[in-house]
Amino acid sequence: MVDMDYQALAFDYDKHPDQTATGPVSHRVIVVGAGPAGLTTALDLAQRGVPVVVLDDDDTLSTGSRAICFAKRTLEIWDRLGVGDRMASKGVSWNVGKIFFRDQQVWRFDLLPEPNHRRPAFVNLQQYYVEGFLYEAAAAHPLIDLRWKNKVVDVTPSQTGVEIEIDTPDGPYRLHAEWLIACDGARSPVRKRLGQESHGRVFKDRFLIADVKMTADFPAERWFWFDPPFHPDQSVLLHMQPDNVWRIDFQLGWNADPVEAVKPANVLPRIRALLGPETPFELQWVSVYTFACERMDTFRHGRVVFAGDAAHRVSPFGARGANSGVQDAENLAWKLQAVLAGHAPDRLIDTYGWERERAADDNLLNSTRSTDFITPKCNTSRHFRNAVLNLAREHPFAQGLINSGRLSIPYAYDGSPLNTPDEDAASNEGIVIDAVDDASIATHVSSVAGTEPSVARDIFTGRTAPGAAALDAPIRHATGQDAWWLSVLDGRFTVAVFCENRIPDAGTLAALQYLAQTSDAPVQLVLVHDGSDTVQAPAGFTLIYDHTGCLSQRYDARAGTWYLLRPDQHIAARRRQVNIDIMTQALRRALGFSLERL
Amino acid sequence: MSLIVTPNLPAPDAFYETLIETHQGLTDEQSAEVNAALILLLANHVGDMTIIRDALDRARRSVVA
Repeated sequence: MVDMDYQALAFDYDKHPDQTATGPVSHRVIVVGAGPAGLTTALDLAQRGVPVVVLDDDDTLSTGSRAICFAKRTLEIWDRLGVGDRMASKGVSWNVGKIFFRDQQVWRFDLLPEPNHRRPAFVNLQQYYVEGFLYEAAAAHPLIDLRWKNKVVDVTPSQTGVEIEIDTPDGPYRLHAEWLIACDGARSPVRKRLGQESHGRVFKDRFLIADVKMTADFPAERWFWFDPPFHPDQSVLLHMQPDNVWRIDFQLGWNADPVEAVKPANVLPRIRALLGPETPFELQWVSVYTFACERMDTFRHGRVVFAGDAAHRVSPFGARGANSGVQDAENLAWKLQAVLAGHAPDRLIDTYGWERERAADDNLLNSTRSTDFITPKCNTSRHFRNAVLNLAREHPFAQGLINSGRLSIPYAYDGSPLNTPDEDAASNEGIVIDAVDDASIATHVSSVAGTEPSVARDIFTGRTAPGAAALDAPIRHATGQDAWWLSVLDGRFTVAVFCENRIPDAGTLAALQYLAQTSDAPVQLVLVHDGSDTVQAPAGFTLIYDHTGCLSQRYDARAGTWYLLRPDQHIAARRRQVNIDIMTQALRRALGFSLERL
Repeated sequence: MSLIVTPNLPAPDAFYETLIETHQGLTDEQSAEVNAALILLLANHVGDMTIIRDALDRARRSVVA
């Protein structure tokens, strides 16, 4: 199948009946901006049954590759929205990276993929494919109303929502939204209309980025040069993309003339110098960009919520821009749906700010560190950078200090007000854990040498603490079909009870069913069985087999261990024994019922 | 462990001489990179951020009060 040329796509502006209505028509949610964050927000809301209007001031998708690296968590979110396969199969992966300093290779690394995950750590994919695939899914969704050439020119918050004025080729019209989600990019007109600003650091540097099509074989590797002979004193990055297109980023320095730099007469010699005289190539797109690391002080302003670049901007190193926008979208969508459905209080939306502002800070911290390594701001900084690169040839410790961008990993909402923290292990001495048999206690205790048995039983190890994004693992459905754990987490809250080879007793099952039936928001009940025999799923439960043991191992689970997972697949609570009261409280807490003012 | 600030080198004069000799024949730029490499090597060897932070503080305070 030949892919569509999404860069050439121009959408029809259609006059909507809302434009000729007598007063502003009211909508539940209006999303401004049809980029990766806006379209993901719209798809996630629509999948949850919320009708969405998406307004975009333009009629085209991304020009040029722009964001090109999409992280595992982003692909997992798109899996839940039904577009993950298209993204992952079109995207390309690389494992080998090479770091060059001046005329020498100083380090070669191999990112061996961690087995037993559906998705790789990242794929490279041009932003126009991402937007194209998201657009097609959105356009096909009956609850999404996409309006091109609809430019928001005024925003007036009111008691019941937001009133906006929109310019179109047919003149202006007004709409009312219960919620306005601003995904309108780094220069966010909505933010400006509200008189809000982003604060942070502007980097005095310019980068030339070029998409180059090469027909000749070129290794599927990422190459990063510091101070190379063909581009002295600056950095250069070569990255593979689908369709034999390679992305090259040249650091130009602050004094470069952006108009001159993009002229073919100036671009082509740079690329020729990098690729060598023999490599045939064709220049597809070229642009110059500068960047800032900044964010809004708060992402929520009443009924206006900011996501993606409109809320925060990072340097491109580490692929944290579009990825964090998609993760904003998934954090916001379920909360907004829960509030609109009356399942949760309005203040649940405050926790979008709490969680995603911290995630933005983490992204800003990491991308600023990368930027300071790649483009040292003073002589001393450059001396240290060069010393790291020189040492890296022979000293493994220095290889770890080379920072040419740290790949985005999902931010764990550690300490989030929606989390139910793990029990303080020390306070649990003497607690009776009847769901765990002596043999498994003995096994576990022996692996935690020197700890009191009653304490050791409750300590969790691994990367699945409350706040963390759920880890994937292979599972088998009761039907015998192999699948992935994350595909079981279908957008509802999930209570997953690990039971090894014994289905919990009827009383426990009934209590769990009662919990699900009386919950404020929809809850899915999952039993995780070890697959040592074939069992019938009790009514009201999804039964899956952890036939490889990988899921139990990643979640440090034993018989009786349970997890409460949020609709966005982040972990809200976990314990070692089923306790309906604790589960109920954890669920209410994850819906924002126990929140004080943030 | 805390940062040792009492004499700990068995032959201080010899150490100092070796330190200076290491830089012989280098440009200022090269010398600066050697110093940076030395700091990185020793910091990794120490491996304890409390000690490293203490050393960084003391070094800075010795120049700007």
